[in-house]
Amino acid sequence: MPLRLTRRDSMILGAGALAGTALGGPVGLRAQIPVAEATPPDLPIEDGASLTLLRPTKFVATDEEIWLANTRKFTEVTGVPVKVEFEGWEDIPTKTAVAANVGSGPDVVIGFADNPFLYKDKLHDLSDITAYLGAKYGGWWPLAERYGTDPDTGKWIAMPVGASGGRIVYRKSMIEAAGFSEVPTDVDGFLEMSTALQANGTPMGLALGNAPGDGNAWTHWLVWAHGGKMADDDNNLIINSPETIAGLEYGKKLFETFIPGTLSWLDANNNKAFLAGEISLTQNGISVYYAAKTSEDAKIKEMAEDIYHARMPVGPVGIPTERCLVFNSMIFQHTPYPNAAKAYLMFMMESDQYAEWLEKGIGYFNHPLQAYDASPVWTNDPKHEAYKHVMKDAVWDGYSGRLGPQSAATLADFIMVQMVASVCSGQATAEEAAAEAQRRASRYYR
Amino acid sequence: MATTAKDLSYERPEDSWLSRLFDNKAFLIIVCMIPAVGLLGVFLSYPLGLGIWLAFTDTRIGQTGAFIGLENYQWLWNDPIFWMSVGNTLLYTIVATIGKFALGLWLALLLNNHLPFKSLLRAIILIPWIVPTVLSAIAFWWIYDPQFSIISYVLVDKLGILDTYINFLGEPWNARWSLIAANIWRGIPFVAICLLAGLQTISPSLYEAAMLDGASPWQRFVHVTFPMLMPILAVVLTFSVIFTFTDFQLVYAITRGGPVNSTHLMATLAFQRGIPGGMLGEGAAIAVAMIPFLVGATIFSYFALARRKWQQGGADD
Repeated sequence: MPLRLTRRDSMILGAGALAGTALGGPVGLRAQIPVAEATPPDLPIEDGASLTLLRPTKFVATDEEIWLANTRKFTEVTGVPVKVEFEGWEDIPTKTAVAANVGSGPDVVIGFADNPFLYKDKLHDLSDITAYLGAKYGGWWPLAERYGTDPDTGKWIAMPVGASGGRIVYRKSMIEAAGFSEVPTDVDGFLEMSTALQANGTPMGLALGNAPGDGNAWTHWLVWAHGGKMADDDNNLIINSPETIAGLEYGKKLFETFIPGTLSWLDANNNKAFLAGEISLTQNGISVYYAAKTSEDAKIKEMAEDIYHARMPVGPVGIPTERCLVFNSMIFQHTPYPNAAKAYLMFMMESDQYAEWLEKGIGYFNHPLQAYDASPVWTNDPKHEAYKHVMKDAVWDGYSGRLGPQSAATLADFIMVQMVASVCSGQATAEEAAAEAQRRASRYYR
Repeated sequence: MATTAKDLSYERPEDSWLSRLFDNKAFLIIVCMIPAVGLLGVFLSYPLGLGIWLAFTDTRIGQTGAFIGLENYQWLWNDPIFWMSVGNTLLYTIVATIGKFALGLWLALLLNNHLPFKSLLRAIILIPWIVPTVLSAIAFWWIYDPQFSIISYVLVDKLGILDTYINFLGEPWNARWSLIAANIWRGIPFVAICLLAGLQTISPSLYEAAMLDGASPWQRFVHVTFPMLMPILAVVLTFSVIFTFTDFQLVYAITRGGPVNSTHLMATLAFQRGIPGGMLGEGAAIAVAMIPFLVGATIFSYFALARRKWQQGGADD
């Protein structure tokens, strides 16, 4: 998307990197986000309003810092105090469910992916603020719309604030030593490279333990890339299919080239192994690169130079099939201050606030609003680019069925991960594993 | 002036209804029991009853469920993962308990001798028990890491006994034995300290009498130490079985039930299905299925405790 710059914007940009710091940070960042004219909805803030927000704890330090600073700005502007509660990722769905069940607790929650669909009747309609933000910031990505709207009514029951996605993280020197100048973009080439990497003594490794993030990410990519799906468009369970089996057979071949031990890998193992130089390639968020770049250890810092990112290869389906984890905000009907809550979420998505949050997160979060493609975070380091379209290109959970309790439960129960792991470990054939996945998922899709 | 007895006598004022109420034995019993009953009811019976009820429903997180009878149990009956978790739990409990008792008793016997720095040694022994489980689980997670295990490092890189690193947690049986070893390590101090307390209650005169009769050390152990230790052994055994059977943290932190569900215990599977999986009803059913085993362990303890009689000279029944 081309930048639409005013003369004033150009002047600020002309101040170069200084704009980011000397001129107070956000101004320089905000200026680069193209905006269209749009009228914000009229949200008269209730008397005596105060808000509590429950959100996942930080994964990159700047996330919390800037989020809180932006929240303070909101309080300064509107006079509405906001208490922000940071909670461990695994506790968010449970706490949100309790709030929904008992009808009290946080007014605003940032939960994950399909959580809002579990209690959509208890959420405020956010269509007014999403319509405004969409109009102002170049529209929502289709995936954001899917995660935000109730397919039955078309209303926005939630508003994605960002997403985190996995991409290939690799050591350039190692794949060059194995005879490749870059990561192949097709699955056959990828397997060839993975075999060469293993032969060279620098194998790759992808998590196959019950790892909610990394395990789910690559096993879903694997099955989707070969045309396998959990459910069809009408939400009928179809995981036991020839396409899934083809994916599993490919997965087994790929697994045979991995470093030993990945069957027990949880979310942190691949980061550790990668930074220790044990593996040449894995799939992860940008956090590995971030950790290397900001490390105090000179050796690891040096490694950052050699770390590159690439998109996961495209399988026989012919389109990218990566998964992403959407951070989805919602406002409960039990809040006495719905307007204040909406104003708060809207405020946080405005470029004055969001641009800085996005940029300083160095791409850990990806934007749901298209205008933020223009954020300098995607260009100021070419290594961020692979993460630029996490939300644009990702496939949704429970693909190609509906988001809801079924997709959430199959994901939480690691059905996809374990189907792949049981084939890779030799505990089951591809046919047996697909049938077992179908049996287990049928429990949720009845 | 003469006074008569009649003048001195006075009528005892009528008791107020309050003091009469508090003189009532039945009322007092009820009043004194209310706090305990309340606590047990709110924090024990209600959650237990709710758990049993949920097991008969299809409740999901965020949605109230409908009564579905035994459907959850029928599903579990045909679910190989559930049966694997039952097998794992039994294996884990039996092997870990035997290990903890063998090593714990041995340690208690050693500590019962006169050693220099006896108190300090006893305090050190307790460390694995004192350290929060999650911390020790993380330590074991590193010890069993496929790439960074200290055991593999020593065996492969330092001693050269093995060629490849041990895949501790990536193979089902390796993973099971690794978790059992971690559980034994953690449980030994509890057993050792309890049995040490038991050993110290045994009167030295019994050993003197046995020695005068010419009993060997082994005979003294079998005929004096072991029978005298029996009551406390039974109690400690029951507690240990219950702790091991309901263990959650070690497994969840180290493997999360993997690889491919092969290390799920009933407790971890119940959590996995109930909370992250959102199927509260099914999770509750798995948890309820643990009750018969736990009741069995408690009954065992009850009968074993009854053996105390012979310690006071009664008949052994």
